Amino acid sequence: MGKIYVSMVGAVNEDVVTMIARHVRGMFGFEVEMYTSFPDPDYAFEESRRQFSSALMLQNLARVRPPDAAKFLAITEADLFIPMVTFVYGQAQLAGKAALVSLARLSQEFYGLPPDKELKMRRARKEAAHELGHTFGLVHCHDRSCLMSLSTEVLQIDVKSEDFCRSCWIVLEEELTELRKETKKNKILEFRR
Amino acid sequence: MKTQWEILVVDDEEVMRESLVAWLREDGYGVDSAASGKSAIEKAGEKDYAIYFIDLKMPGGMDGIESMMEIKKIRPDASIIIITAYATVDTAISAMKEGAQEYIVKPCNPKEISILVERIIKVKNLQRENLILRKKLTRQYRFHDIISKNPQMHDIFELVQEISSLKSTALIRGESGTGKELVARAIHYSGDRASKPFVGVSCAALAETLLESELFGHEKGAFTGAVAQKKGKFELADGGTIFLDEIGDISPKLQMDLLRVLQERSFYRVGGTEEITVDVRVIAATHRDLSEAVSAGTFRDDLYYRLDVINIQIPPLRERREDIPILARSFIERLSHELGKEIDDVSEGGLKVLMDYNWPGNVRELENAVERAMVTCKNTILSGEDFGFLEQNGLKKQSWNVPDNIPLQVVEKQVIEATIKRTQGNIKEAASVLGIDRSTLYEKIKKYEIER
Repeated sequence: MGKIYVSMVGAVNEDVVTMIARHVRGMFGFEVEMYTSFPDPDYAFEESRRQFSSALMLQNLARVRPPDAAKFLAITEADLFIPMVTFVYGQAQLAGKAALVSLARLSQEFYGLPPDKELKMRRARKEAAHELGHTFGLVHCHDRSCLMSLSTEVLQIDVKSEDFCRSCWIVLEEELTELRKETKKNKILEFRR
Repeated sequence: MKTQWEILVVDDEEVMRESLVAWLREDGYGVDSAASGKSAIEKAGEKDYAIYFIDLKMPGGMDGIESMMEIKKIRPDASIIIITAYATVDTAISAMKEGAQEYIVKPCNPKEISILVERIIKVKNLQRENLILRKKLTRQYRFHDIISKNPQMHDIFELVQEISSLKSTALIRGESGTGKELVARAIHYSGDRASKPFVGVSCAALAETLLESELFGHEKGAFTGAVAQKKGKFELADGGTIFLDEIGDISPKLQMDLLRVLQERSFYRVGGTEEITVDVRVIAATHRDLSEAVSAGTFRDDLYYRLDVINIQIPPLRERREDIPILARSFIERLSHELGKEIDDVSEGGLKVLMDYNWPGNVRELENAVERAMVTCKNTILSGEDFGFLEQNGLKKQSWNVPDNIPLQVVEKQVIEATIKRTQGNIKEAASVLGIDRSTLYEKIKKYEIER
């Protein structure tokens, strides 16, 4: 089925990334490998907003991803935005390969609250799985407890569970089955060559 | 089902455009994009998008508001959200004035977009649901081609069912435009004769001799112009139903001929000697009070009793106003196809005008009014303004204030004087306007000593 590569953009706490990689492996059943870290994304910095363009970063990630990646997930501490909205927690290519998650607004400190490492880890796991869900073609779910429900504030991330709802699971399973078939076909073709 | 509704994002900046597209797609919507107003208008012509996100500032000669106005011409129902980086009261007002549904300043809170789109889609879903329910409701109130939820009309529907397979003559009464022929057709098509012909004749439209030949046919050479034998409507309706509209207008001679057909089910063609027997059910209709005509001696009582075996009285539209909305909507639905105009509904304001009007011409007048409004309507919803011509008619009628304690003769004199003045002394025209003949008008001019 190929691998899910996980990478860091700029300085990121490695413990968080390792935890996310482990979680993704368990959740999607893929082999997960850590990939090269990338430097600070200065090219995506927008001076007027003091934020980083997630659209530009995602474009770049899609370009530099490992060729054999089934999915490519990048984690950053950069605060992300798209022009239309004040911020985004992450962005992904819908039914594509690349996904990006920002940890900037997942920590309690961002909101002037005392740090809570465990809470940040939980939010990071949810957002990473949510963005990867998009790369498998899943769209936002109306079920507020589903991992694929839209979060526009941290409270909504905290409210949702760490799992997909039944309907989203069915769609995800179908996608995974398709991917397995595709991988098998590619292996046979490679063997014949 | 989000994907039923599609969205078009219009922005010249690629990052802005594509990131909003991606955001909306993640939300489950079908989204396309356009890099200019011109391209957006082309796309709007090809696909019916439910929502347009349009950036206010776009180079290339067409800004967001101009693009919106052009799109509105093609898709008047589209919801347009204008996006701008610089919020000023002026731009907001002008965008809303020109028909933008919403106005958002970027960057906005992420939840604003999703909530906004969800709210618009919810309203669109409700409107669609409403339309489907209304169509279902119309079907429920439809009996053949007649639509009504009025209890008196439903009694008529029941009666029609009961008498449809009988051979008895029926007399349908009702004001002009109430749908007498539709009831006659419903009787015919509900009964055993449905597969046989239904032949309608308007007795008021033809002169006596022509009507006679029309009803009973003629032999070759029966009169000048009778170059060949012709079958009459009674023969053509054999096995089926003949519908004699405006029966109150026929001459005494034809009344007698008709009575004979009703009694004996046989007749002679004009100029013919062969007796022709037919199996025809007769349904007659009139807007006149035939019993009064009988008392006045202008209509044969024996014919009247022959016709009046089953009596159906159709109420005028002003006595079944509850039917106005469903009738108007059913006309809109039918006429949209016929006129090739996408009109979906009538607004509350439009309905109020229709409900307030008196409808002297009944359902036919309503149908004509809806058609006239649809022809001139520039939107997809008929508004009160589109029915402005009805209000004008109404006002004209209201402008006649009856003065207190005034003798009838004074009123008559004033009306005649005003009419003669308006027709600039043309007596023939004045008589026609007043609905009296010239000699009567001269008598009254003389009587009231009116100056011409």
